[in-house]
Amino acid sequence: MEYIFDWFRVLYQETGINLPFLYDEYDRNRMVEGFFTTIWLSLVCLFFSAIIGIIGAWLQGSSFKWTRRIVNGYIQIFRNTPPLVQLYFFYFAIGTLLPRVDNDWGGQSPILGSFAWAAISLSFFAGAFNVEIFRSGIEAVPKSTVEAAEALGFSKLQIYRDITLPLAFRVVLPALNNNLVNLVKTTTLAYAIAVPEMLYEANQIWSDNVNVTEMMVFLLFAYFLLVGILVGAMNRWERAMKIPGYGG
Amino acid sequence: MSWTPAEPMVSIKNVHKSFGDLHVLKGISLDVMKGDVICIIGPSGSGKSTLIRCVNALNDIQKGSIKVEGIEVNDPKLDKLQLRRKVGMVFQQYNLFPHRTALQNVMMAPVRVLKQDKSIAEETARALIKKVRLEGKEDAYPGELSGGQQQRVAIARSLAMQPDVILFDEVTAALDPETVGEVLETIKDLAEDGMTCILVTHEMGFAREVADHIYFTDRGIIVEHGPPETFFQNAKDSRTKEFLSQIL
Repeated sequence: MEYIFDWFRVLYQETGINLPFLYDEYDRNRMVEGFFTTIWLSLVCLFFSAIIGIIGAWLQGSSFKWTRRIVNGYIQIFRNTPPLVQLYFFYFAIGTLLPRVDNDWGGQSPILGSFAWAAISLSFFAGAFNVEIFRSGIEAVPKSTVEAAEALGFSKLQIYRDITLPLAFRVVLPALNNNLVNLVKTTTLAYAIAVPEMLYEANQIWSDNVNVTEMMVFLLFAYFLLVGILVGAMNRWERAMKIPGYGG
Repeated sequence: MSWTPAEPMVSIKNVHKSFGDLHVLKGISLDVMKGDVICIIGPSGSGKSTLIRCVNALNDIQKGSIKVEGIEVNDPKLDKLQLRRKVGMVFQQYNLFPHRTALQNVMMAPVRVLKQDKSIAEETARALIKKVRLEGKEDAYPGELSGGQQQRVAIARSLAMQPDVILFDEVTAALDPETVGEVLETIKDLAEDGMTCILVTHEMGFAREVADHIYFTDRGIIVEHGPPETFFQNAKDSRTKEFLSQIL
């Protein structure tokens, strides 16, 4: 390992290509933290946006007019506004309205930190698209299949959980994966409210080292690889979910 | 609610049903005793399928009364679950759950709806699959089975709920001629076991063989009915005669 680190130090000395996070321990720790913050933020948002999508699509099928209206209003607001504006709205508008709590240094801090707001904001953002994606899948489930479950005495909730959702899920996986890939890329917006994710940490490093070009190239490749791995995993999952003899 | 086997198991009285302006059922009455096998025949669009779909409340009715073991179906406070535990249904398009194997299709409702123990439900399901002569196909998905095989799984799925009466909605209409026989054979076994069956069918030979009573419907009313021998040989109504002359 040390040998590789030294190689990059020499690379810098010989060519001027400066990748300090590969030879300097302090910068390396920053980059590692940024990497894991991005992963963690992505996972949290993936999870909650999927939950929002599933529940939202279920509520959209409600027989109460106002339930449907509220869900549709939520979708319109979050789909038709820029995610950065949403993030600022949560962090600066809602965040400042909430009570503050005493912190360890004798001062006061907001009740929710920037990571929590980024997670909430991005989950709602991606969740709005997920509701629409799940709804399209639910509509693709044949009414006759649902009827068969009704005739067997399944309750509405059982039908949704055991029949509609598993079938809809397989239909929407490609669209869902697309949205989730977008979500992972959108986590870079958390940079704007100082969540120490990859882009933020890269900025810290280039501010100290004045190596903007190198950091930008690195970031581009880092996200390319990260999302590439995600897409590969999703494609495997799509294949694994295929029902023998069903669909194309 | 105090129904005794001396009374009709299914009692349909003066039933009217409209889809918007389309008046589909115009006062239909018929009784089915326990253990009876009745066949409803008639031209397309005469309301046969609609009628049996009303019996398990998949369609509601505007006027009249349908009683299943004393339970009034045309009642806003109807407990559909209770009704559907008594009434099984088999559909023209099988409507199996495509993401579940044959065995799981049969087990699912007993486990979910009747809260049966999984191992007991599986044992019953295996026995039913054997009964419909599909041993060895337990782990096949519906998409891997032929139409006739799927329909027999659908019959087993319906039987797993231990209904008191089964509705068959043109269950052979979507099948290849070669596989019609195997499905009819299965239904015949059921009838011989004493299962109460209401069939909508175009299989006249089959109707003549297994039915206790035949009803001929046209344009929303019962034109003529009787035991198969008299019905097929001495039809009195001109519409019945015309229909039979086209079919036989």
